[in-house]
Amino acid sequence: MADKMVRFIIERQDGPNEKPYNQEFDVPYRPALNVVASLMEIQKNPVTVDGKRVPPVVWECNCLEKVCGACMMVINGMARQACCALIDELKQPIHLQPARTFPVIRDLLIDRSVMFESLKKIQGWVEVDGSWEVKDAPIQNPYTAETAYEISHCMTCGCCLEACPNVGPQSDFIGPAPTVQAYLFNLHPLGKFDAPKRLNALMEKGGITSCGNSQNCVEVCPKSIKLTTYLAQLNRDVNKQALRNMFDK
Amino acid sequence: MAAKPENKIIVVGGGLSGLMATMKICEGGGKVDLFSYCPVKRSHSLCAQGGINACMDTKGEHDSIYEHFDDTVYGGDFLADQIAVKGMVEAAPKLIKMFDRMGVPFTRTPEGVLDLRNFGGQKNKRTCFAGSTTGQQLLYALDEQVRRLEVKGKVQKYEFWEFIKVIKNKEGAVRGIVAQNMNTNEIVAFPGEVVILATGGPGQVFGRCTASTICNGSAVTAVYKQGAHIGNPEFIQIHPTAIPGSDKNRLMSEACRGEGGRVWVYKDGKPWYFLEEMYPAYGNLVPRDVASRAIYKVCVHMGLGINGENRVYLDLSHIPADYLEHKLGGILEMYSEFVGDDPRKVPMEIFPSVHYSMGGIWVDRLHHTNIPGLMASGECDYQYHGANRLGANSLLSATYSGTVSGPEALRLARSGELGPMLTQEELDAARQECVEEFDKIRAMDGEENAHRLHQELGELMYKYVAIERDNNGLDQCLKELKGILKRWDNIGVTDHGTVANQEAMFVRQLRNMILYAMVVTKAARMRDESRGAHAKIKLDANGKQMKDADGELVFMGRDDEHFMRTTIVDYDPATEEPQVSYMEFDHSLIKPRARNYAVAKKE
Repeated sequence: MADKMVRFIIERQDGPNEKPYNQEFDVPYRPALNVVASLMEIQKNPVTVDGKRVPPVVWECNCLEKVCGACMMVINGMARQACCALIDELKQPIHLQPARTFPVIRDLLIDRSVMFESLKKIQGWVEVDGSWEVKDAPIQNPYTAETAYEISHCMTCGCCLEACPNVGPQSDFIGPAPTVQAYLFNLHPLGKFDAPKRLNALMEKGGITSCGNSQNCVEVCPKSIKLTTYLAQLNRDVNKQALRNMFDK
Repeated sequence: MAAKPENKIIVVGGGLSGLMATMKICEGGGKVDLFSYCPVKRSHSLCAQGGINACMDTKGEHDSIYEHFDDTVYGGDFLADQIAVKGMVEAAPKLIKMFDRMGVPFTRTPEGVLDLRNFGGQKNKRTCFAGSTTGQQLLYALDEQVRRLEVKGKVQKYEFWEFIKVIKNKEGAVRGIVAQNMNTNEIVAFPGEVVILATGGPGQVFGRCTASTICNGSAVTAVYKQGAHIGNPEFIQIHPTAIPGSDKNRLMSEACRGEGGRVWVYKDGKPWYFLEEMYPAYGNLVPRDVASRAIYKVCVHMGLGINGENRVYLDLSHIPADYLEHKLGGILEMYSEFVGDDPRKVPMEIFPSVHYSMGGIWVDRLHHTNIPGLMASGECDYQYHGANRLGANSLLSATYSGTVSGPEALRLARSGELGPMLTQEELDAARQECVEEFDKIRAMDGEENAHRLHQELGELMYKYVAIERDNNGLDQCLKELKGILKRWDNIGVTDHGTVANQEAMFVRQLRNMILYAMVVTKAARMRDESRGAHAKIKLDANGKQMKDADGELVFMGRDDEHFMRTTIVDYDPATEEPQVSYMEFDHSLIKPRARNYAVAKKE
């Protein structure tokens, strides 16, 4: 039976300091097939189009529902989640590459720990007294809560960093995702107590002044978070804070 | 007063339960080494969608904690330890307030308080939610708090590390673990005063399921092999509404039905709302085991599935689109994205899927396993849900169990009960064993492909140990599982390297998955009754499935006299086979009664 095949050209790399190379694989087509499911097929039969048996392609995935953020890679030149990249919607052959904004560990597997470090810098948490019972939580404006809900979908996948021309060796910019998280915590009735700390952190090197307003981030965000809107509002808040700092001196 | 010692606890797993335990330990003055397969922010807790149950009683329904207690025990078909459940439901409203303070963006009413929705097996609105991504939002809140503790030097994270096994001292107490860095493949032995496993469920044992790829139950099997009891493993929850897929079955939240969704198929050319007809009192909001069996019956036995396939409609199209967007946005988007249809306009097509394990590592009410120094909490333990879990009780049990296991681990560490810490020789020896095992796996050069064998394992488990079970099938399944275990020896790996060798690590996990499949199957074989998610068909004298005069399958009934007991499964190192026994548990508070969702609950 001549099954329809889907051709993949995958940029591989055997280790952090090895040279990248391409390998091609054919995967039997089926309806609703996505990129992660295709990589799983390669695991079951790790043979290239030249008939060479090779180690299966290495990548990171967990939920396959576009909510964990793990399977971000560059698919046909665009940073996105592989689990919801449906083959029917992709031009073939399909090119898979690691998101090289981040250090490559192997094949499509990358090290995104820098993003989690950035969340420390912006103090991405509400400073609660403890997990014990304190009091009732404050009532919140339901409209503000909806904005918070939107931003809180950020899964730290790194698409926006990969797409941003200002994230890379040339700059210290921590990137759109971690920056916008500062806005999230500044919205919360308890979180806003520490808003000046977060805004001051964003004045430092790698903070919001490194954003070049190229608007790439909002285009690629898989969660459709209005990143540029919140970056603009943060920019305003940071400026206000800078003025306040001057007068407080 | 002298400062308390900074005891170091090892927590394996960074989902809700592991993070909650971590936070409690740090607040008590301890330190935590936190191990996870992935950055903890990507843990499987985030796949929970619909909500978290707590009696907030803000809808004028006179909801009570007792009602939540009774719904949970009744929903679990009277197999849950009632004292443990009572503790959980009493704590629930306090935990919601904690999450609210931490910044979880719960969906709110116009007045700004937390909104509540209906969920299965409960008559009152009791489910707090953040749109349809509640698990993600709760997990992020704890992830943020633990990051704060990390900055304070209280937590050391080991992300992309795989737990391999625990290490015991001469007195048999657990005082460390062996783990492997999944990127560099380095294997290291870590000392810790107490070890808490919070490693989640074993969904991958069934292959396609609603679980993440990391939910393989491998850690649970590892400690089972080291002497931990497994409790009630035969109770596997099949979620009624998932989007069938070849790579995974994607969950379509019970919240769809909670917000008014209706399940139907065509019968005689007209929509047949079979759940509403079969169960007039609860309708579409019957508990999951009941709904799954009904859908299975309608498709498989009555042949009424959509286009003759195993699918039924889950219909939201009668509900205003802006209401749906507000309450269910995230998952409707997911359905559109993966299926291509818009559930606001056309009914979704769904079918039941393996979803959750009520069973797991046996623990007492303080979350100690039977091995001193080893604790377990979250889905990997067996507590709270009995024979069937109510929707939105899992985020609750995961969080609550962490609030119990964390402080108790610290108390145990300080008690001096566990004997000496491990010597360097003991650490080295344990590490060496794991290194040799891994090297052996890397060199395997047989014929079998591990991933294909895994697929076969899943298909086998779905065939015999899913919604309907019978003793012939379970015997056959055990026989075939032994065959698969044997074939594991003949696996060949193509990756012999030591940089992120995912293939070799998967081969190690796969053996544990096969052993856990045997645990589930054997426990199901031995429990000769139907209870909750475990439904067993009677066999006639010829070994055929029994049918009544109307041609309906005859299921065994619930047998409280013999089986109102916790199943305990132990590992036999000589044969590798599971050994089943039973243990009494506390059901002193609510007297068992028949479970019938066709009529309103009577207490």
